[in-house]
Amino acid sequence: MEPTFLLAAIAKPDLITFAAAALMVIGGAFGVIASRNPVHSALSLVLTMFGIAVLFIEQDAQFLAAVQVIVYAGAIVVLFLFVIMLLGVDRQEIFGRESLRAQRPLAAAAGVIALGEVLLLARTTWATGAHAANGPVGNSYDNVQRIAAEVFSTYLLPFEATAVLLVIAVLAAVYLARRVVTANAEEEGSKMVEGKAVDR
Amino acid sequence: MSVPGSWYLILAAVLFSLGIIGVLVRRNVIVMFMCIEMMLNAVNLTFVTFARMLGDIAGQVLVFFVLVVAAAEVVVGLGIIVSIFRRRVGATADDLHILKG
Repeated sequence: MEPTFLLAAIAKPDLITFAAAALMVIGGAFGVIASRNPVHSALSLVLTMFGIAVLFIEQDAQFLAAVQVIVYAGAIVVLFLFVIMLLGVDRQEIFGRESLRAQRPLAAAAGVIALGEVLLLARTTWATGAHAANGPVGNSYDNVQRIAAEVFSTYLLPFEATAVLLVIAVLAAVYLARRVVTANAEEEGSKMVEGKAVDR
Repeated sequence: MSVPGSWYLILAAVLFSLGIIGVLVRRNVIVMFMCIEMMLNAVNLTFVTFARMLGDIAGQVLVFFVLVVAAAEVVVGLGIIVSIFRRRVGATADDLHILKG
């Protein structure tokens, strides 16, 4: 099929929405990578997440789009920002000083090679295209119902496992964030303060 | 006719590669973590795209599970980062050379 013909065949609103969302996603990704300030990286990440949410809606995944905005843009990025502020690591990364020589060009080359690999593998047909024994995606009216029907029937056991996983994660976070006050820790703390003073 | 699924897949591949580049280039641990989240999102996009292309809701259910695991991963990962940097000054991966054998 000719590319121009394909472009003409796509409905204009769909095309414009896809282009805008793709621009948001890629621009946000570049922002995450290139920002010197971690706070700017986090805000660029929000842009990327919103773009992905738009693409979800475009593909009849309304429930996931809402969850994407609530969980990623609402919770995870805020968590990132909290940690950035809490640690006071909003200082700029020094780009000039490199401990590994030529790390950045090599990393960029590795990323491009990875992209080439993915695109190359996409040309081979490893996917069988066979359907799982599940229902269709549905439209904007019953998307939530269809997902719920699957989650609570076919995928009930994994769903229970995620509940266990979340409980474990909460326990781990509490354990990791706990501050043990012993004589040793206090000594370390004073050392840390001295170290900071010297470093700054 | 809506946008073909292959365009979404290409976009997801590009986003995944940008995530890889970010993890390799940046040395701020928190930014590296954000890049991992970007890679997870790229994979989510492919799941949703295949769900539409194959007309199968299972892809969207899998994205749901990936979201839950990502949330748990972020909580534990940031907890580890906080507990490491509470006793260290820098925030780059190079400051973690204490792990060197």
